[in-house]
Amino acid sequence: MPAMTKKSIALIALIIGAMVIPFIIQNEYWLHILTLSFIWSIAVYGLNILAGYTGYLSLAHAGFFAIGAYALGLLTVKVGLNYWVALILACIITSGIGFLIGLIALRTREHFFAIYTLCVGYVIYLVIDKWDSLTGGVRGLIGIPAPSNIGPISFQSATSQYYLILFFLLATVLVMYRIVHSLTGRTFIAIRNSEELAQTIGISTMKNKLTVFVLSTFFAGLAGALYASFIRFIGPDIGYTAIIFDLLTYLLVGGIGTLAGPVVGTILIVSVSQSLQFLQDYRMLIFGPMLTLIIIFYPRGIVGMVSEWKMKWFNKKKKTPAEKWKSTYSDSKDVREDKVKEG
Amino acid sequence: MDILTQQLFNGLTIGSVYSLVALGLTLVYGILHIPNFAHGALYMLGAYVTLTSMLLWNFNYWLAIAISIVVVGLLGVLMERLVFNPLKNAPPIHDKIAAIGILLFLEALAQLVWGADYRTMSTPYGEVVNVFGTTLTMQRVLINVGAIVVMILLYLFLKKTFMGSTIIAMAQNRKGAHLVGINTNKVAMLTFLISGGLAAIAASLSAPINLVFPGMGHLVILKAFVIIILGGMGSVPGAILGGYILGFTESLGATYISNDYKDVIAFVLLIIILSFKPKGLFSKEGF
Repeated sequence: MPAMTKKSIALIALIIGAMVIPFIIQNEYWLHILTLSFIWSIAVYGLNILAGYTGYLSLAHAGFFAIGAYALGLLTVKVGLNYWVALILACIITSGIGFLIGLIALRTREHFFAIYTLCVGYVIYLVIDKWDSLTGGVRGLIGIPAPSNIGPISFQSATSQYYLILFFLLATVLVMYRIVHSLTGRTFIAIRNSEELAQTIGISTMKNKLTVFVLSTFFAGLAGALYASFIRFIGPDIGYTAIIFDLLTYLLVGGIGTLAGPVVGTILIVSVSQSLQFLQDYRMLIFGPMLTLIIIFYPRGIVGMVSEWKMKWFNKKKKTPAEKWKSTYSDSKDVREDKVKEG
Repeated sequence: MDILTQQLFNGLTIGSVYSLVALGLTLVYGILHIPNFAHGALYMLGAYVTLTSMLLWNFNYWLAIAISIVVVGLLGVLMERLVFNPLKNAPPIHDKIAAIGILLFLEALAQLVWGADYRTMSTPYGEVVNVFGTTLTMQRVLINVGAIVVMILLYLFLKKTFMGSTIIAMAQNRKGAHLVGINTNKVAMLTFLISGGLAAIAASLSAPINLVFPGMGHLVILKAFVIIILGGMGSVPGAILGGYILGFTESLGATYISNDYKDVIAFVLLIIILSFKPKGLFSKEGF
């Protein structure tokens, strides 16, 4: 399988590239931006496995992100726990809350689910904002410690933080890869394509949906906790609905339901919006229509677009089965699954 | 007792506004099965257009509202043509995301054109009247009367005119409507026109007692979603009833429970309802 080896070479090159970036970019500001976009990517991966592969658009993810961040912040600042213990606990707390909410939320479907989770997200935001005695309300939480040392390794410098976050990102991608290419991942896609059909062939949809939901809140919580220790300050704003719209933009631009999409979209949009600093509040003038246009013309984002081109090019070279491919391709969207794997 | 009547009246006023917004939302949902997240942006633009035509061209309040209805209605039609129509056969998740994109764009646009400041809208009906011992401002009375008139007109339009019947027909069965010769594209555009118009009326009527700012649609649209789930997605009477229920609950809750958490009431209400009835309180065939 020459294609496979080519692919793994490309992947290894990418990882090595990511490893040496701190040596190439001496500018600490850009390293900071890159680290930040890695953190967002982890949250977007969480959203992707739910919205992209299972077809449930959860608008509560900013809320879970905030829960993770606040759990870490409160456990380290107010309880005084060790950072790593707090990080694990933050993920467990977020997934626990995700489990309870998912238990109820997943009874609803499609639009109801989107609206339900939107309201859940808003309630989480309001609770954080108003529960002054616990969360500090609008003043936020300051003095969150950076990751504590593991043996001789310290995480005080920007470079070491970069590597730490990169490690978590790679771990996330690996987990996603394993899930998507397993039977479980296939099950999720089956649920997205038709829940009734999935049920008919004996898939316990509720169990699977709940697994996905908890998984996706876990990654949202992990990203939130990493964010809290990276920025060192959190306010209720990180739970606001605007954040979920940002995450959605990253996911959509990169490619919803693709493996590479979240990281591509996040890095691209975060760095573009950093270069467009002067736009500040008006960046949505560009990103809003972009979101709409992408969903109309390229529902699978940049990654989907690239694999579509690759497919066409590949077909032209082979010539004979081109017609056949085209017809199956335009017939049903589900065929795209096969291409998504490549992405 | 005095506070109670005052609060009941307040609840009625808030409920009227909610009902109007929810009506627009429920009409669109009934026809196209799109949860139009951009509806809140239409509401916000409605207030701004009215405000601008009053300040800039010194138009009379009523004329300004009329302009606002037309402008926002046409914007709704444009949205249907450019965005929702091309997405007709796409999976439902795409409509939602497209609507969110429009919402973000319109809000940023409003902020660019009018700035982020909170504005107040003056009204020619500022006087205070006394009815049975309760003090009411004219504007609040106007909101109630206006909302009821609009609802009656909408009801008559839907039930008594041919065009109205085509909307109902399409809500009941899109393919069936198409089969009997209804131009479904036209009906969809008409629905968006009405929906935008309703949002503009609601915003223009309520703006004098609230503030006008780019994010003013956020809470209203979320609550409108709560209402149409409460009343059944796509149901017209459900939207009206749900609007008033939420209005009363909120104003009473703010007085007797907690003013800080009054905005949470709606969402907690929704979470409870959907926990027990995942498809809303009533089924959607409620026209």
